Amino acid sequence: MTLSEGKEILRDSSRLWWQNTKDFWRRFRKHPLAVLGLVILIIYILMAIFAPFIAPHDPNKQSISNRLLPPMAFEGGTSEYPLGTDYLGRDILSRIIYGSRVSLLVGVISIAISVFVGFVLGAIAGYYRGFFDTVLSRFSELLMAFPFLIFTIFVMAILGPGFWNLIVALTFKAWVEFFRLVRGEIMSEMTKEYIEAARALGRSSKEIITLEIVPNIFHSVLVLATLRMGYMIITEASLSFLGIGVPPRIPAWGTMVADGRDYILNAWWISTLPGLAIVILVLSINLFGEGLRDVLDPRLKKD
Amino acid sequence: MKKIKVLERILATIPLMLGVAILVFVFMRMLPGDPVDIMMGDSLATEAEMSMIRESMGLDEPFGSQLLSFLGGILKGDLGNSYMFNAPVKDVILRALPATIELALAAIVIALLLGVPIGILSAVKRNSWLDRITMGWAFLGISMPAFWLGLVLIILFGVNWGLLPTQGRLDHFVELKTITGIYTLDSILTGNLEAFKSSVRHLLLPGFTLGANLMAIVARVVRSSMIEVLEQDYVTLARAKGLVEWAVVTKHALRNALIPVITVVGLQVGVLLGGNMIVEQVFSWPGLGRLVVDAIYGRDYPLVQGAVMLYALTFVVANLIVDILYTNLNPKIEL
Repeated sequence: MTLSEGKEILRDSSRLWWQNTKDFWRRFRKHPLAVLGLVILIIYILMAIFAPFIAPHDPNKQSISNRLLPPMAFEGGTSEYPLGTDYLGRDILSRIIYGSRVSLLVGVISIAISVFVGFVLGAIAGYYRGFFDTVLSRFSELLMAFPFLIFTIFVMAILGPGFWNLIVALTFKAWVEFFRLVRGEIMSEMTKEYIEAARALGRSSKEIITLEIVPNIFHSVLVLATLRMGYMIITEASLSFLGIGVPPRIPAWGTMVADGRDYILNAWWISTLPGLAIVILVLSINLFGEGLRDVLDPRLKKD
Repeated sequence: MKKIKVLERILATIPLMLGVAILVFVFMRMLPGDPVDIMMGDSLATEAEMSMIRESMGLDEPFGSQLLSFLGGILKGDLGNSYMFNAPVKDVILRALPATIELALAAIVIALLLGVPIGILSAVKRNSWLDRITMGWAFLGISMPAFWLGLVLIILFGVNWGLLPTQGRLDHFVELKTITGIYTLDSILTGNLEAFKSSVRHLLLPGFTLGANLMAIVARVVRSSMIEVLEQDYVTLARAKGLVEWAVVTKHALRNALIPVITVVGLQVGVLLGGNMIVEQVFSWPGLGRLVVDAIYGRDYPLVQGAVMLYALTFVVANLIVDILYTNLNPKIEL
């Protein structure tokens, strides 16, 4: 292969990537449900950022005279508390608005760390192989053998409740999937022509990984990250539901559902409404992720 | 498929399980708090008595020798004694296991009974409004936290309509002689119709809650593999022979479309087990999941170790079976 041929192949591969990115919006718009998911997701994010301005009440303010008020559409409800109040007279709507902060932060941060750790380790293992790869691969198989929820409960029991402990507990196992994806993708990319071209041009290993391979496998990682984020949010809510997630003074949807459990006979709204907030958020993330997958990564589609 | 490959895979699970055992052991010892303190609670035991108990449980020995005796015990099939129940871990687990197995089986049955027909209908009536609605529901199924779905079902079917029981495994007035501990099976074996009805009714809500996720996944997988199969030549041939569409689907396409379902169900066994503790909590189901959570907080080292080993083993074995089945059904794939 001559030098100019090598350069040509390299330029083609990066041009292809740019072209794909440019095409992205045009194709993404054709998935109405995915667009809807994105719009709802953006609303949730705005809600989390501007919570103090939107929420009608202080989420932790108790009011004994207004205990267990139903939502305003039901008999006995008032417009002052649109979604009703809980057993301490706290406003459900305000708590749901503030609760979006925990869910979104946990989802985004735990996925970001998992992707980062999985990406770096997976890239090194997949590119250099050898002893490092063997050790990490065995360790990842070991972690895979644990059911996710038990594992996180375990780690939370060791660390105790708290926001950052929760992040550690969630990422402790979640990086593995990204590690395996990136490692596999890199190993298959390595057999392709453009890598040989880059080598022939005298690029270093680090340059080949960061400049050539990463852009090419970035899409599949992004898709997996989106689809896993909903799962992280559900797991966080499950842990909070069991009383071992974030500390009880922080409004979180899982905690709110658990709070309402004793009142399902006469105040169904305490449990069901925060849960509905989780369902809508996770549903819109999944719809968005599914659309991303259709547009970016047809290979993953086989399911 | 080569027998040697299968043997290799089976042997490979041994170091994996050893790793699981060590990891669980180390994790348990990292938990803050001393099991004897927690066990004694507010009792007035003296320091000397406490250290005697510690000694009798082997907790005074160095870390390494505790680990070795734990691993040695596993080889002999001895998982030690549970601190909380003061009984062999094996017995405690075996007592809770049937309830968990019954719930998991119910979830799988419900998921298949609903998921497979939904998937077929969607594939046959592809892109119709029916397809859209069912796939929308399937999407909802993977986006719902189990604890929320469980509570909503309890409110609707239990509190509002009073149709189905929401707590426990059997009505309190029903008597049942247990043989296997799986109540539906036991009631059939003893010919106890009343107990059978009661236990099935108790299984419906928790089974659906646990199976909702799997149902959604099954429906999606059946749909996509059915669509693929319906485009194959032999299906076209069957149609050309003048077979009714329904006969084409059930006789020719379904068998092949169901192969991926086996894989999915097998791979989800681990997820089902992991999710059971939430469902067991919501429906007061006396199974392994609730036991493990209690045991972690009670610092019952041997019980947690035994239970987690069992979870991991189930997961690893399920994966192995899926791989072997898959290569048998589809010889093109290498193990």
